[in-house]
Amino acid sequence: MIYIKNLSKVFKTPKGPFTALDNIDLHIPKGAVYGIIGLSGAGKSTLIRCMNMLEKPTSGEILINGQNMTQLSGVALRKTRQKIGMIFQHFNLLESRTVAGNIAFPLEIADWPKHKIAERIQQLLPVVGLEDKANSYPAQLSGGQKQRVGIARALATNPSVLLCDEATSALDPQTTESILELLREINEKFNLTIVIITHEMKVIKEICTDVAVIDQAQIVEHGPIESVFINPQSNIAKDFIASVFPNKLSPQLLCELAQHSNSQIVTVNFLGSVASEPIISDLIQQYGITVNILHGNIDRLRSTLFGTLTLELQGNTESISQAHEYLKSRNLKVEVIK
Amino acid sequence: MEGLLAMFSDPAYWESLSRVIPEALYETLYMVIVSTILAYVLGVPMGVLLVITSEGHIIPNPWVERILGTIINIFRSIPFIILLVALIPFTTMLVGTSIGTTAAIVPLVVSAAPFVARLVESSLREVSSGVIEAALSMGASPWQIIYKVLLPEAKSPLILGIAITTINIIAYTAMAGAVGGGGLGDVAIQYGYNRYRTDMMIITVLILVVIVQLIQWIGTTLAKKLSHR
Ligand SMILES: Nc1ncnc2c1ncn2[C@@H]1O[C@H](COP(=O)(O)OP(=O)(O)OP(=O)(O)O)[C@@H](O)[C@H]1O
Ligand SMILES: [Mg+2]
Repeated sequence: MIYIKNLSKVFKTPKGPFTALDNIDLHIPKGAVYGIIGLSGAGKSTLIRCMNMLEKPTSGEILINGQNMTQLSGVALRKTRQKIGMIFQHFNLLESRTVAGNIAFPLEIADWPKHKIAERIQQLLPVVGLEDKANSYPAQLSGGQKQRVGIARALATNPSVLLCDEATSALDPQTTESILELLREINEKFNLTIVIITHEMKVIKEICTDVAVIDQAQIVEHGPIESVFINPQSNIAKDFIASVFPNKLSPQLLCELAQHSNSQIVTVNFLGSVASEPIISDLIQQYGITVNILHGNIDRLRSTLFGTLTLELQGNTESISQAHEYLKSRNLKVEVIK
Repeated sequence: MEGLLAMFSDPAYWESLSRVIPEALYETLYMVIVSTILAYVLGVPMGVLLVITSEGHIIPNPWVERILGTIINIFRSIPFIILLVALIPFTTMLVGTSIGTTAAIVPLVVSAAPFVARLVESSLREVSSGVIEAALSMGASPWQIIYKVLLPEAKSPLILGIAITTINIIAYTAMAGAVGGGGLGDVAIQYGYNRYRTDMMIITVLILVVIVQLIQWIGTTLAKKLSHR
């Protein structure tokens, strides 16, 4: 669906060239909700803006539906952009137009006849839950409602891709939740491919099927969210995961606990059905070790369960290593902390 | 007091007023309306061009921006009274004469158009870059961005600008009397100043004050009504 190959972007600045994107390779499959997460300044916005050529890449290729975006210009680029929706952190609605007028805007741009535009507006208002706001102006709406207008506007021309640049960063947690829910519904109902840029792991956790982590202009890690969450490779990915699944013990606590001579502290990450299996009682009964739960956390990753446990295992070296074998055999990711 | 009463009760006085004032009012309105319209016909494209060719906008072009900006600055720095004289050959070429109400419109437009260009420029710059970017992302052409985004989004400041321009042109029409433009301002000078007819001066000035107030009120009200912020 979307292929990004060797994409680089170098900005000319008064202090010399600045590489905002360094050889990015990504494949975004059709129907995915693809999250791209990174810290401020990592290059996220630059990357998503390259996808619809709002920013011209210095080198590399971007293929969307087989169309090489980097080779398009003028009318051809404009026609292609009409099939790529985009929503923004600050909504970017036209203040002089009503909700209906804002939804009509991309359709006017695409030269739709008037009656078709009116029809399409009536279809879209219920999709975003704004049936009663058709004639309101953006200034009369809440942030969440404004983003719903933004979404309806982006969907108006039946695009095959929806690009979201920090679409929930200006919203409170509850509103964020409802907007993410809406995006997820749209993804499922219309099989629309969604690319989401964010610095919040919560957003990734709620709706993404895949995630890429970008750090200092490079993709440091990517894959289906389950595999990235259960087995993160980079420190930055680990930090992001810890922000939604905190499992760090304070160093002080760790010192205190580590005083037991024959004990080991481990974290265990688990996914899906394993969460409901009696792993701990198995450990205790089968390997004769003492298991002390120090910290635990379980939540949904899009639709599967994901949890992390920090355990203190007490017993002789042999039974502890047997316990490790057992945990691995259950497809659990174990990391020894101390 | 006695003298004033006698003057006001003299039918000849009212007759002379009704001969001078309506005609002057008509001349003023004619000059102001036509000049404002023409100043906008010329000024809006210049203002739009200044904005869209600036760095980071939809058609960045430093040369166009710089050259146009310089021309506008030059015209804005020439005092009106000098423009009035300097433009005489040009006016003659354009309207066939250099005196009269119609002839006065030429220098009025030449001096107001660059001013309008700057007003339009500053109004359009208030349109957020995010909105323009959104339009670009939807595949809007530069032309569509101008007439579907920039101008409608800047409606309120543009209307306030029209009020300011109109009022400015009213002030300048008084000087247009120098080329036989006529109008209320001219009456105030001819009668009030040159012939010591203070009453004429007061009446014409009062009419001008009412017109200015009215235009400003319409401008402010309309701008407020059309602003949906
Ligand atoms: N037009 C530009 N000229 C020069 N440097 C730029 C330009 N745009 C972005 N940059 C730089 O490129 C880097 C990446 O910017 P980008 O906006 O993509 O970051 P981001 O990941 O979206 O950050 P944030 O979370 O703060 O939005 C930053 O260091 C930024 O300063
Ligand atoms: Mg950004």
